Amino acid sequence: MLKKLLKKSSGSGRAALAPYTLWAVLFIVIPMLFIAYYAFTDNNFNFTTENITRFFTSVSSLRNEDGTVTEVHTYLLIFLRSLKLAVLSTIICLLIGYPMAYRIAHASKRAQKIMMTLIMIPMWMNFLIRTYAWMTILQDAGVLNRLLSAAGLPSIHIIGTEGAVLIGMVYDYLPYMILPIYSVMVKMDLSLLEAARDLGCGSLSVLRRVIFPLSLPGVISGITMVLIPSISTFYISQKLGNGKFFLIGDAIEGQYVANNLHFAAAMAFILMVILLFFMALVKYSTSRYLYGGEAK
Amino acid sequence: MDKIIELRHISKSFDGETVLDDISLDIHDNEFITLLGPSGCGKTTTLRMIGGFEHPDQGDVIFMGKRINDEPPHKRHVNTVFQKYALFPHLNVFENVAFPLREKKVPKAEIKEKVDKMLSLVMLSNFAKRRVTSLSGGQQQRVAIARALVSNPKVLLLDEPLGALDLKLRKDMQVELKKIQKSTGITFIFVTHDQEEALSMSDTIVVMSEGKIQQIGTPTDIYNEPVNAFVADFIGESNIIDGVMLEDFKVKFAGHTFDCLDKGFAPSEPVDVVVRPEDVDIVNAADAELYGDVTSVTFLGVHYEIIVDIAGFKWMIQTTDFVSEGEHIGIKLDPDAIHIMKKSKYSGMFGDYSTFSEEMDELANAGGEQQEC
Repeated sequence: MLKKLLKKSSGSGRAALAPYTLWAVLFIVIPMLFIAYYAFTDNNFNFTTENITRFFTSVSSLRNEDGTVTEVHTYLLIFLRSLKLAVLSTIICLLIGYPMAYRIAHASKRAQKIMMTLIMIPMWMNFLIRTYAWMTILQDAGVLNRLLSAAGLPSIHIIGTEGAVLIGMVYDYLPYMILPIYSVMVKMDLSLLEAARDLGCGSLSVLRRVIFPLSLPGVISGITMVLIPSISTFYISQKLGNGKFFLIGDAIEGQYVANNLHFAAAMAFILMVILLFFMALVKYSTSRYLYGGEAK
Repeated sequence: MDKIIELRHISKSFDGETVLDDISLDIHDNEFITLLGPSGCGKTTTLRMIGGFEHPDQGDVIFMGKRINDEPPHKRHVNTVFQKYALFPHLNVFENVAFPLREKKVPKAEIKEKVDKMLSLVMLSNFAKRRVTSLSGGQQQRVAIARALVSNPKVLLLDEPLGALDLKLRKDMQVELKKIQKSTGITFIFVTHDQEEALSMSDTIVVMSEGKIQQIGTPTDIYNEPVNAFVADFIGESNIIDGVMLEDFKVKFAGHTFDCLDKGFAPSEPVDVVVRPEDVDIVNAADAELYGDVTSVTFLGVHYEIIVDIAGFKWMIQTTDFVSEGEHIGIKLDPDAIHIMKKSKYSGMFGDYSTFSEEMDELANAGGEQQEC
């Protein structure tokens, strides 16, 4: 694909592309090849599919509350748990991010700048610091519970629950949902909205019949940008979930730290294939709403 | 004819700048009315007020006897053809036209019937399934018209709808729009800065400048009896000369006294005298009271446009007779070639062809015209 791109471009275009090409080869293509290579080899670098099959077949026993034991597919369970949390956080990000992007895009130029800066500022801070901040807020004796008790309300136990992990994920990834939707909305031709009102649409109808379909490209890239990092996240679940919600990212990290590089690579590889398949599906199923060649 | 829309003493300003200054206007049923003026004159704001997209600071918008100042656009029985068409890019031609009907939950079969009828009216029957983004400008324009007409509005608002089309297509669309207006009997309110377009299509022209209505009348009235120098200059070409009305039917300008057809001015009242370039006859210099040297000749196809310098005032003459540059010629003005106007604040600003720069400014503005007007 890169070759095709290069062939099509002119001599000067090729020269201008060279740094990007070099970057892409060094930091995208080669690492991916390495992942694939490690995924399909054993410790002596002989070809094997064992790492892949291990992901699907590995079984462990879970002790239930009533003392009985259930056999589960370890990594499939972890994967499904990751998928569930990622999908939930993506949905929550969309529900919060869409109206926010809409509000910002329709504010005055000055207000837009201020609001966008406010959204960006947390992204300037280190991801670990942000997660630690949430730990101190959500702890049993944390900021949240102190506020609640100051207001005379019963304190809640939230740290170490799925809810806490979701809060952390939504907080971290929300800007990635807002930004692409905002950038589509702010470019939207306002005369289209006037036309819709002119043709009999009340505000809700304008939103449903014009704004939403036209903002779909932004929604799709927002979903992509939230779903992918949140399915592979590992740190948030460790800190805010008290390690009780072992996610696929945690599994990969754990294997990597344990110097089990081949199995870590295999899991990363499988995750990548599944995500690619999923994104292709999303793109295909929404392609009929994407119009005029303007959106990809 | 019944009044369908009345504008009553409407004023509007944006950021302290007055855009409309006490506009009053009656629009009748079944009328093709054109709001004409340069950019910034308030014509588009007037239109948007009728559509419900702007609200008057003062005054009332009355629709069929009912005040509709606070009625939102989707509740008004008017539809708009927008300047850049504003077609929905995510819908095909059929769905664009069906858009207002789907909103009203019209039964499917009826939608199909109505949309098909509209598409055949604008001659796009074979394009129903096409993406609107794949259509040419002229075709998009037709879709916009079909979409605005499909719910059978009482009034259609057209905001410079032909501005983006090339000349030939524009002429065709002018004829077609007029035909559609006649066949549907819908009131058209048309906004343009193109005076030719206004003259050829309208029943009534409203000439606007600086947020005020300058003149309302039929195209012939506006052309033949402009009320002031602005209107005379904006509609067609005009030579506008300072004169003095000596008595009824006698006017003095350019150092001579001429017979004219106007009366009702005070004795010795200073006036603006309008002479249309096509009403000037070229005669032998020896036989004429007014004579001078030709300074430029431009061939324009149907006629020549000649500038002749008579005692320092440059006259424009349109004629089919050929004269050459530098030639010494005389001009003759018949009484019906002379139109007298009262002095206005526009006196002295227009109508002398010694420089085209003001005209050029006007053109440049008109070309770059957007929605600010």
